Amino acid sequence: MHPAASVIIFTTLSGLGFGLLAWLGIDATPPTGWGAFGYFFIGFSFAVGGLMASTFHLGHPERAWRAFSQWKTSWLSREGICAVAALIVMGLYAAALVFFARHYVILGWIGTVLSLGTVFTTSMIYGQLKTIPRWNTPMTSVLYMTFAITGGALLSGKVAIACVLFFVAGLVQILWWKQGDSAFAERGTDLGTATGLGDRGTVRSMAHPHTSPNYLMREFVHVIGRKHAQKLRVISLILMAVLPVLLLMLPFHHIFAIAAVASHIAGVAVSRWLFFAEAEHVVGLYYGMR
Amino acid sequence: MTELPQSTERKLGLVIDLDTCVGCHACVISCKGWNTENYGAPLSDQRPYGEEPMGTFLNRVHSYEVQAPGQAAQTVHFPKSCLHCETAPCVTVCPTGASYKRAEDGIVLVNESSCIGCGLCAWACPYGARELDQAEGVMKKCTLCVDRIYNENLPEVDRVPSCVRTCPAGARHFGDFADPDSNVSKLTAERGGMDLMPELGTAPVNKYLPPRPKDSWDNEESILAPFLAPIAEEPKGFLGWLDKALEKI
Repeated sequence: MHPAASVIIFTTLSGLGFGLLAWLGIDATPPTGWGAFGYFFIGFSFAVGGLMASTFHLGHPERAWRAFSQWKTSWLSREGICAVAALIVMGLYAAALVFFARHYVILGWIGTVLSLGTVFTTSMIYGQLKTIPRWNTPMTSVLYMTFAITGGALLSGKVAIACVLFFVAGLVQILWWKQGDSAFAERGTDLGTATGLGDRGTVRSMAHPHTSPNYLMREFVHVIGRKHAQKLRVISLILMAVLPVLLLMLPFHHIFAIAAVASHIAGVAVSRWLFFAEAEHVVGLYYGMR
Repeated sequence: MTELPQSTERKLGLVIDLDTCVGCHACVISCKGWNTENYGAPLSDQRPYGEEPMGTFLNRVHSYEVQAPGQAAQTVHFPKSCLHCETAPCVTVCPTGASYKRAEDGIVLVNESSCIGCGLCAWACPYGARELDQAEGVMKKCTLCVDRIYNENLPEVDRVPSCVRTCPAGARHFGDFADPDSNVSKLTAERGGMDLMPELGTAPVNKYLPPRPKDSWDNEESILAPFLAPIAEEPKGFLGWLDKALEKI
């Protein structure tokens, strides 16, 4: 899959933003006043910034409101509804804390459920696709949820919990990669089943329909990122989980905390780049590619 | 709505005969010609006379080589367009309701004025039947020439999809698969019509007729064959730099 910057920024930032909002929603002693403003500002700018980035790749962003209508079948529609509901509920919850120092516990919990629901529906947009075997697993939802909760814990300053979650996130990531590496072969789809000619011999793509690439090849066949996949995986893990733990174990200083956050975000972004670049769509088979 | 109909009254679709197709691409041209000036937005081209031309097509012809062990390799030309699946995954993923499958005849269509161009339906389609038009920003796909097949302004002989009408080899057939006595149902039964990627559960309506066996081969190969070097492609720009940087680690 083509690793479009808009979707990498969207999934990375909005995951972190909704993760932070989820932690703020269940906080028994949440910050109030300017302190609350700071936390919620970060949460909302990541969540909304991510959502805005995701509209950049739309052909007709002015019609985006139509996407709230098909919640019965479409995970993308459900995500849109969940995201708006989460932002409204958390907005009210945040306003009460920032301006009136009032803590509405139930509102916070509803906001947390909706925030995590947004991350889950995002993950299902990818996890539902049978055409991309690497993504088509419940583990994709586990991966997205774990990343959001981990990043949220880090951003909300829950250092002890974050350090445990870094370990969990790293483990889930490794399991997801391991499972993904054999997913395509296990699906059993090859050029033989794609053309229906597999039972009469080996099938080879001899000529593409046109001499130059088309939308399908640009969107679904992306092989450059895979060459260094193993190195990038190690880089991602170090940035996402190892380095933040080391930085947080140093004597506390704001510089170290900011560095830990920056390192984590960079690591998640590398992971998301790989999420797309390594994903192989079955349509590539028709072009003799993966 | 993007809910699929429980069943459709008719199942209109195509039979494509891989034994007969000569790979002339006439169906590609006539499809583009008809559909760029009729239903919905035109099928745009990008840099049509420049470097690396690109364009939107609803029908493309691939060419494959099939070889059984010890047999002669056989060339199979392979036209591919929307298969109008019964459980079309492209329809249910649509967030706006722009994609739908018609209950009356099973044709899968896009209401372009509701399409936001998110591209998710193209991600969900295993066959590459949907292409996002780069000029209009909306999803284009085969309509089974819905504006021809019911069009009473056309002579009756023309009331079939443009690709079927054009094919000089008679490799494409149009009909109703819900009717067991239709031309397409009979052809499918007689020739062992097959589904593409049946393991993905899309239940395509269009069927492909397998090619008949061809000549034998006595294992002669050019002595120059081993000297044909493969062409390598190196990334340029930022990706090229990234490639080199990562290579050094």
